[in-house]
Amino acid sequence: MNKKLIVVATAALAILVFLMGLYLYNGKKGQDSAKAVQSNPQSLVRAHSPVFGNPEAKVTIVEFFDPACEACRAFYPFVKTIVNSSFGRVKLVLRYAAFHKGSDDAVKVLEAAKIQNLYWPVLEAILKSQPIWASHDKPQPELIWDLIKDTGIDIAKAQADARDPGIRKTLEIDSADVEALKVTRTPGFFVNGKPLADFGIDQLKALVDREVAANYGQ
Amino acid sequence: MTLRHTRQDSIWALVFAAWLVALTASLGALFLGEVMGMTPCVLCWYQRISMFPLVLVLGVGLLPFDARSSRYGLPLAAVGWIMALYHCLLYWGVIPPDLVPCGQGASCSQIDLQLLGFITIPLLSLTAFTLILALLIFAQRGIQK
Repeated sequence: MNKKLIVVATAALAILVFLMGLYLYNGKKGQDSAKAVQSNPQSLVRAHSPVFGNPEAKVTIVEFFDPACEACRAFYPFVKTIVNSSFGRVKLVLRYAAFHKGSDDAVKVLEAAKIQNLYWPVLEAILKSQPIWASHDKPQPELIWDLIKDTGIDIAKAQADARDPGIRKTLEIDSADVEALKVTRTPGFFVNGKPLADFGIDQLKALVDREVAANYGQ
Repeated sequence: MTLRHTRQDSIWALVFAAWLVALTASLGALFLGEVMGMTPCVLCWYQRISMFPLVLVLGVGLLPFDARSSRYGLPLAAVGWIMALYHCLLYWGVIPPDLVPCGQGASCSQIDLQLLGFITIPLLSLTAFTLILALLIFAQRGIQK
């Protein structure tokens, strides 16, 4: 009887230690991330970064984003709703964290679409068709052109624009900022420079609400 | 009667110790993988496949105590030990890395974590499997006496 108690207590203790470790590690990671932002404030938003929503909004969600990442695809509608239902108080700035193979090709398409003012419709088409072109072991980003036709984009012009070497520069800057801000997973969120330490859609909403209250009063 | 009782007690202690090592190793592996975000390589997965069930098999063997559970744990510990040894030899360069059965994903010969200069994840794994194997062999000997 006593021995059984020892076994059960040991198992419970082990799980408790694990959870404590989890809590401490995440706390430390959040601090590291906050420090990284403090020492590299310029890394959050760049002049070339696409903005969704009111450019004058006082609350800025910076999302480090990978067009081939499933979680980014799943988060997109929620983030869009947060911006759209904010009465112009929240804007979204997208940064590229092209971690997957083929992601940089998708970024080239997006940057070409930006020139034609079709950035967001093309982004939505790319995300919608992500399962078709973005398989992780065999990505086929060349399929994207066919998948975004319905947005009304001028494909021939976009294909020419996508070859612009400036896009490579954009990708390089963004990937340097990914390192500087210690973003290891996508989507990586910062709200007014505060990293989303505890990952999740509710946590993101809470962080945005706090910033809206701080900047606009409640 | 008393003598028999103490022998049962020491076998219990051996199995309990082996279970404790397996529990620590499993939670440690989960922490490295799930919390710290290190992707396990193929060889790590084979070692996990041997280590995780040890927690359950030996755990069931302790609740209530069944001395024979040490026998059921032995093949898992042996397979895991061989995998861990192979992995360590790979790390130390004894086996050339072009024999690594890794395609895509994390490399098995790349060192991600080092403590005190020489403690690596495969070495931790080899230590854990060696301990478990030794404890279970001693438990087996105790039963056969």
